Amino acid sequence: MPGSNLYKAVLPTLIAAFMLSMLPLPDWAEHWRPDWVTLVLIYWVMALPNQVGVTFAWITGLLLDVALGTILGQNAVGIALISWVVLLQYQRIRVFSLVQQALVVLTLLLIKQLLVLWINGLVGRAPDNLLMYFLPSLTGAMIWPWIFQVLRNIRRHFSVTSRL
Amino acid sequence: MQSLFLRGPSVTLRAIILVAASIALMIADHRWHHLEALRVTLETYVIYPMRYTINLPVEFAQWVDESMASRNVLLEENEQLRQQQLRSQVSLQKLSILENENERLRKMLSAQPKMAERVLVSEILSVDLDPYNQQVVLNKGIKDDVYLGQPVIDAWGVLGQVIHTAEHSCIAMLISDPGHAIPVQVNRNGLRGTAYGVGQSDRLELRFIPHNADIEVGDLVITSGLGGRFPPNYPVGRISEVDRPPGETFAQIDVEPAAHLDRSREVLLVWYQSELHQKELDNAGQ
Repeated sequence: MPGSNLYKAVLPTLIAAFMLSMLPLPDWAEHWRPDWVTLVLIYWVMALPNQVGVTFAWITGLLLDVALGTILGQNAVGIALISWVVLLQYQRIRVFSLVQQALVVLTLLLIKQLLVLWINGLVGRAPDNLLMYFLPSLTGAMIWPWIFQVLRNIRRHFSVTSRL
Repeated sequence: MQSLFLRGPSVTLRAIILVAASIALMIADHRWHHLEALRVTLETYVIYPMRYTINLPVEFAQWVDESMASRNVLLEENEQLRQQQLRSQVSLQKLSILENENERLRKMLSAQPKMAERVLVSEILSVDLDPYNQQVVLNKGIKDDVYLGQPVIDAWGVLGQVIHTAEHSCIAMLISDPGHAIPVQVNRNGLRGTAYGVGQSDRLELRFIPHNADIEVGDLVITSGLGGRFPPNYPVGRISEVDRPPGETFAQIDVEPAAHLDRSREVLLVWYQSELHQKELDNAGQ
């Protein structure tokens, strides 16, 4: 059953990620909030490259745009592009150590943020403080080892595997 | 049959198609606002249930807070509100006399009578949006007749306007958003201008005002109603700084918003249809 994986593990974790992205935080913490949806999606693309592909990633990104009130397609293009990179390299990333994986994730998150920054700049909404702007990528990479392990436990618990 | 490797070209091709689709979407959304229907559907059926769930604990905490309040506190609050109500009633009496007089005078001048405005109390949901946009989610939507461009005010002044609607919720852009501008005038002398948001909740910029304009720190700035979107004569803020740099063409004027942009929880949606806006809507409908 190709669909059952999605319903058992992927969708619930993605919904949790969406809720974490919308959870109200105090102003100072808001700038540290990692991009939960992208992180969870990177994991699932890496673990289930046959079921979770660029199209799935793109639709998730579109929903993230609606959820955050940004221009439709802004997060979608970023998430689709980095999941394309993961799809090309997933066999390599899978065997990396957690620290190496975190570095890869940092690069991916930075690419996505850079794309979003360009688009924001095009419509005249560039943030004043660029260092602060890239903080979410850093926090995202720092919590990657935990995200990876939690999601792997969930995946094993539901014995969800790639069809390879 | 599954192969060990993903078929490379097809993945890349799909990625290219999706990137192109994203670019088309972004242009359609940002330039022409053609995608409201898509946004309404996604917001109503997918995102709003999540927002509602996130807001539940806050609502629950409020409910607990209210139901655990002691009798004395409630009595005290009741007394305070009673007094406030009395005071408001007195000023309202004066206002209604003034309103009658104003209407009479307008009739004598055969000017158009002012339209009564309908308002609805709405609550800001405790959910976060993109931190670089100044936007809030309200708990009223299409089912309450909320429309695009609808003015939002709080007890102190103009807060912003509705930019996206959904069935049970809507998203309002605050006047402090860098993409927002509001036509205003100085209450003291009727000097007109436009207040732009700069992404800070304690500051707007009054741009393109010449050096010699009669404007002082402390002047009250109100809506002029010129854009047709906001009703006239609502307070926007007070002039907090006037700088006239010698080399520049225009003065640099800062306005401190009157509305509590980052503190309000309860806001008012105003139904205001100026002739101009009505025409705009008619054109859009055709």
